[in-house]
Amino acid sequence: MSISDSGVDFSLNRVAAMVRRYWYLLRSSWPRILDLIYWPAVQMLMWGFLQLYVSQNVGFFAQAGGLFIGSVLLWDILFRGQLGFSISFLEEMWSRNLGNIMISPLRPVEFIAALMIMSIVRLAIGMVPVSLLAIAFFDFNLWSLGLALAAFFANLMLTSWAIGIFVAGLLLRNGMGAEGMAWTIMFLFLPLTCVYYPVSILPDFLQYVAWSLPPTYVFEGMRALLIDHVFRADLMLESLALNVLLFAVASLAFLKLLQSARVQGSLLQTGE
Amino acid sequence: MNGAVISAIAVDALVKRYKGATAVDGISFRLAPGSITGLLGGNGAGKTTTIAMIMGLVTPTSGTITVLGAQMPRERYRVLHRMNFESPYVDMPMRLTVRQNLSVFAQLYAVPDIDDRIASLATDLDLVEFLDRPNGKLSAGQKTRVSLAKALINRPEVLLLDEPTASLDPDTADWVRSRLERYRIEHGAAVLLASHNMTEVERLCERVIIMKKGRIEDDDTPERLLDRYGRQTLEEVFLDVARGTGQQREAAQ
Repeated sequence: MSISDSGVDFSLNRVAAMVRRYWYLLRSSWPRILDLIYWPAVQMLMWGFLQLYVSQNVGFFAQAGGLFIGSVLLWDILFRGQLGFSISFLEEMWSRNLGNIMISPLRPVEFIAALMIMSIVRLAIGMVPVSLLAIAFFDFNLWSLGLALAAFFANLMLTSWAIGIFVAGLLLRNGMGAEGMAWTIMFLFLPLTCVYYPVSILPDFLQYVAWSLPPTYVFEGMRALLIDHVFRADLMLESLALNVLLFAVASLAFLKLLQSARVQGSLLQTGE
Repeated sequence: MNGAVISAIAVDALVKRYKGATAVDGISFRLAPGSITGLLGGNGAGKTTTIAMIMGLVTPTSGTITVLGAQMPRERYRVLHRMNFESPYVDMPMRLTVRQNLSVFAQLYAVPDIDDRIASLATDLDLVEFLDRPNGKLSAGQKTRVSLAKALINRPEVLLLDEPTASLDPDTADWVRSRLERYRIEHGAAVLLASHNMTEVERLCERVIIMKKGRIEDDDTPERLLDRYGRQTLEEVFLDVARGTGQQREAAQ
């Protein structure tokens, strides 16, 4: 079997075609663009004002300026990254276009690459204005984190893509019945990855669970940076190692679910 | 010479079983390049599953499928760019304009001179005035023409059609059939057409495969089928097969 026969062949042209398609879809609906900015902005403002209130009353938080806002913004990168990936995929199912895509020469790996690119595009549309709002309202400059931000972002995106890939596999296999997973799966990470509090708050057995999840290292790293002014490269490397593992497992699960969908005939019936 | 090489589609002992049900039960047929074949059958006869297996969307339980010399679904990426598919049950994004939809598929299929190809299809399929209109704003007939344009965008050598004129008024349906016929003649494409519409099959197809409960009940030219069953129309033949009266009539004759 040649490399081409196995579907490993990769065409940037086909990836570009899919990205162009999603871009057309996105720009054709202003409410969808607004939605990308709306919730991150609301979240950031709410937590920002809460932090402002707390910092005026408790000395510790006054020293750890931006802790809540930073947590909110990084959480949104994780959550919106996965949602951006999954919504682009769901667009195919909502428009009953999956059959056309699956019989085209588009390889699964190209499809995934297009969805990853679109998750960054959607995230940028939402997060860039919100990060500027955070500067305007709370004098919190996410961009000033520099290299650390790049490390946080890379690790959070890898996790969001891994989860997005897994959800896409579930959708292929189970149809729209699995749509709820796309919207809610990441919320399981909210308490376990310790977005707003340190891992030490958790009971012992849950701390093991927390440390098995790549985003936990990012949020701990952020706290180390904002409270102790130390960039923990070790945490970022540990997160990266776990992310590589998670991404590989998710990709394998996607391929298995796609294979199962072909066996079960689910690609023909993408409804509920 | 190997039959698989000269056949556009070769299906051998194809079986598809789902949990507790057999959708396709050991069918075999071959389609020559440039031929047009109708796949007739009632609901649940196995037509759509057969087409889906030929496209590589569904993995067969057993049996083999060869399309343009490539084993499906294992070698599907060798031939998917030379095939295409149209069905009213598969749609395109509503918010994208016709031109945007077609240009994305043209790029996916690596069609050269995309703008020229879209312009040519738009002229052929009477879509020029709709090119910059969102797909969701089109009538059923216009959407079918857009789906047909998508199915022809890569000048496929194998064209699979699943009830291409379902829900169309007779005039539009007739118009679509004439375009399909012209495409096949001009490009020498092999066409497999699954349909409930006997008039359509009678008009377009030089060969008819009748399926029932996953099996091929009969396979011949429309003329020979009419002659053998002693009927005036394919609809009557279809009803004979569906009700199991055809074999009785044949035996009696």
